Amino acid sequence: MAMDGTEVLIKTVTREEAAILDAWVALLKAGGALQTGRIREAELQTQAKSVLGQLGQALASGGTDTTTDAYASLRESLADISRSRAIQGFTPTDTISFLFSLKEPIFDALSRASGTDAAQVAAGIWSASKVLDQLGLHTMEVFQQSREEVIGRQSEEIAELSTPVVRLWDGILALPLIGTLDSARTGVVMENLLQAIVDEEAEIAIIDITGVPTVDTLVAQHLLKAIAAARLMGADCIVSGIRPQIAQTMVHLGVELNVISKSTLADAFALALRRTGRSVVRKAPSAPDESRR
Amino acid sequence: MAVTRTERKSIHTGDDVVRVRQAVRTFAVEAGLGLVDQTKIVTAASELARNTLDYGGGGEVRIELLQEGRRRGVRLTFEDEGPGIPDIGLALTDHYTTGGGLGLGLSGAKRLSNEFHLESTVGIGTRVVIARWK
Amino acid sequence: MDRIPILKLGGALIVTIQVDMHDRLAVALEEDLTAMISRTGARGVLIEISALEIVDSFIGRMLDNIASVSRVLDAETVVVGMRPAVAITLVELGLTLSGIKTALNVERGMAIIQARLDEDDAEGLRSARGRYED
Repeated sequence: MAMDGTEVLIKTVTREEAAILDAWVALLKAGGALQTGRIREAELQTQAKSVLGQLGQALASGGTDTTTDAYASLRESLADISRSRAIQGFTPTDTISFLFSLKEPIFDALSRASGTDAAQVAAGIWSASKVLDQLGLHTMEVFQQSREEVIGRQSEEIAELSTPVVRLWDGILALPLIGTLDSARTGVVMENLLQAIVDEEAEIAIIDITGVPTVDTLVAQHLLKAIAAARLMGADCIVSGIRPQIAQTMVHLGVELNVISKSTLADAFALALRRTGRSVVRKAPSAPDESRR
Repeated sequence: MAVTRTERKSIHTGDDVVRVRQAVRTFAVEAGLGLVDQTKIVTAASELARNTLDYGGGGEVRIELLQEGRRRGVRLTFEDEGPGIPDIGLALTDHYTTGGGLGLGLSGAKRLSNEFHLESTVGIGTRVVIARWK
Repeated sequence: MDRIPILKLGGALIVTIQVDMHDRLAVALEEDLTAMISRTGARGVLIEISALEIVDSFIGRMLDNIASVSRVLDAETVVVGMRPAVAITLVELGLTLSGIKTALNVERGMAIIQARLDEDDAEGLRSARGRYED
């Protein structure tokens, strides 16, 4: 009696589920799935068992077309596994090996089940390959997408976190910028600065760019826009710590006219104090010291 | 790219300009734009609605909520059947005006948008399309 | 037609804009303020705009005009309370309102006007005394 590949595959996977699972888990372990310590044996066993179980059900009700609803729950499980591995920092190879190492046990089971009928073995293997390859692609897509989400979130966090607005004194803020400024980050930073001006009722904001290696034209324009916006709100900005190359960029942009700048944050702070009607005075030597002399 | 919601507003009085601003604000909030981006698109809408009124002799705006993958945005299409713009390059120059304004309407709206498209035929009318994405 | 109320406090005029500005309202405010400055001899004008969600080129021009007219009439204009998103948008639009003084809030704005009044008073006293001694 001749059976087509799908039927053979369904029968084999259902009948030999336990044997396939054992062989699969053994292969996974031999392949070093547990070596990195990111996943425990029990967890691996559970994942493998549920994937194989769902594969059996999906094959039985939906055939080999993995885009059908019959595969929905399997696709979801694989997506979950893939996503968690992407976040845990698994390599793409580690992630895809999990699914592809299922091929060998299934192929073995197919040849056992079909005995000497070579055509039937080939048909079964072809069906199994088709299904596993499609699922493998799905796994990779989710993996890639999850990595992109992680990267996107991290860059947002970096933009938010790496630029605290510091209150130096009543009404005086400082924004110490560190690292390379790109246009997107500069935008976020400037919005934070302007909001802080409102929250702290600051008259003067010092933008310190000592830690900024280069400023391109676009970033310089962003800085200038922020300074102009701060002025519209009623606050003055002082830029401090401008490196010589950056000074040149700014001059080329015709910027030097409208910006108050100081060479160091300390100078800028002193100016800010003076502007707000304060002064810093060194304390006179105290009396006991005088008498001892 | 899919359009998930559309609204049309006619622009024939000064009060209509205010109504256009309010409608655009609602769409911008729905698209999930941040406060600064909301303010930018609403301000651009205000400039273009006033242009439609003052130079185009009134017209209409179509406000659309856009979805492209996971990105959302707002697109505005201003149309009038006014005299048209003979020299678009000149009209887009900062501080150029034929109506006694500041001459920042078109050029400003362009700077406040992520996408800007202007077409105009003398004697037929003008269409300006802008979009702002999250 | 609605008008924005103008309050007089000592030598200063105070306006707080609490409504969505439409163009007629802006024009009326400009006229009312000009008339009021010349009638009262006010030396300072404080315009509070913290409730304004957008300032487009039309409202920007109104603020600029008010400042220029009051300067001619020997009064100083201070705009206070502009929101960050509005300020960023205005700069992007190309309006820097460089002729206008600004302050964070009413208190700071009034301090600027008061300083101007005190200065004028000091000069006024000196010249009055000068005349008296002649």
